[in-house]
Amino acid sequence: MNDALLGGFVDAAVQSSHAFRAALTVLSQPGEIRELHGAVPPAPLSVAAGVLLLTLCDGTTPLHLAGAYDCASVRDWITFHCGAPLVSVEAAVFALGDWVALQPLGQFAIGLPDYPDRAVTLIVEMPALEAKGAVLRGPGIADAAYLSLPEVAAFQANRALFPLGFDCFFTCGAKVAALPRSTHVEAV
Amino acid sequence: MMQTPLEAATPNSESLAARKAWMGLLARAKPGRLADLFPELPAHDLLRAPEIGAVMVRGRIGGTGQPFNLGEMTVTRCALRLGSGAVGHAHVQGRDKGHAVRAAVVDALMQTNQAEALRATVLVPLQAEEVARRANRAAKAAATKVEFFTLVRGEDQ
Repeated sequence: MNDALLGGFVDAAVQSSHAFRAALTVLSQPGEIRELHGAVPPAPLSVAAGVLLLTLCDGTTPLHLAGAYDCASVRDWITFHCGAPLVSVEAAVFALGDWVALQPLGQFAIGLPDYPDRAVTLIVEMPALEAKGAVLRGPGIADAAYLSLPEVAAFQANRALFPLGFDCFFTCGAKVAALPRSTHVEAV
Repeated sequence: MMQTPLEAATPNSESLAARKAWMGLLARAKPGRLADLFPELPAHDLLRAPEIGAVMVRGRIGGTGQPFNLGEMTVTRCALRLGSGAVGHAHVQGRDKGHAVRAAVVDALMQTNQAEALRATVLVPLQAEEVARRANRAAKAAATKVEFFTLVRGEDQ
């Protein structure tokens, strides 16, 4: 009973600082994979996605849950631990789901020319996350980095929108990686 | 029938009002006085460790006017679970984390079979002291009350 009340940070200030540092690191060095610990979210939410939500979301960040993640246990957990308003796709600042459930990507906010920050950040749950696959080049990458992206074309189209576009976190178990809109993606 | 935990725990309006009343009483109580009345904390697990924040207090002139922001006040909140499974929540005035934990424990115990004993030892004294405190303050304020009236100045004649 009351599983929604369990699984939050025990020492919120320290744990969220560590998680935020890891989130910044993976976002500024695309292809880098870090591990996030400290939260025990309910299934189907992964540990890394749960920690990201606890760290990044609060009452001022509307969150969209896609597909199987839009279930009562996840909603209750987020309501108690983050307090983020759960909204439809267009109003979302964060969106959580697997890659298929988040389609079509055109429905998400990509920011305005005057306010490119008003874009969605996707938290994509992945079946696997490895440093191989698509080739990443751009800011934060010395030569080339590799990441097992769910597809390539969507990220190339997103790069073409720069400075608009969405940013992505990829989570699998405790592992997290990220792909900002500034990265050039090529198929192998 | 499938029920989410939140739905299952939704009480009727009467018990909700009673819980609001004791949570409010605990929130307004002096931390030291609550510790005197309820010194021994039973074992508990923190669901949300005590944390300090601010809430905006809103008011309406006369209780019916347009709402306005009166100001921010500091609150400390806490959620915990006792060994029996009862969950207690507290939002209390000020920055005293011990106060928040104690208030949450009392809130949890008030949902168990210890409610009546706890009501007699903790809530009734707090309630009486609060009533006395308010009456005292109201009496002091009433002593400064000024009656305005206008003397007839004879201009009508």
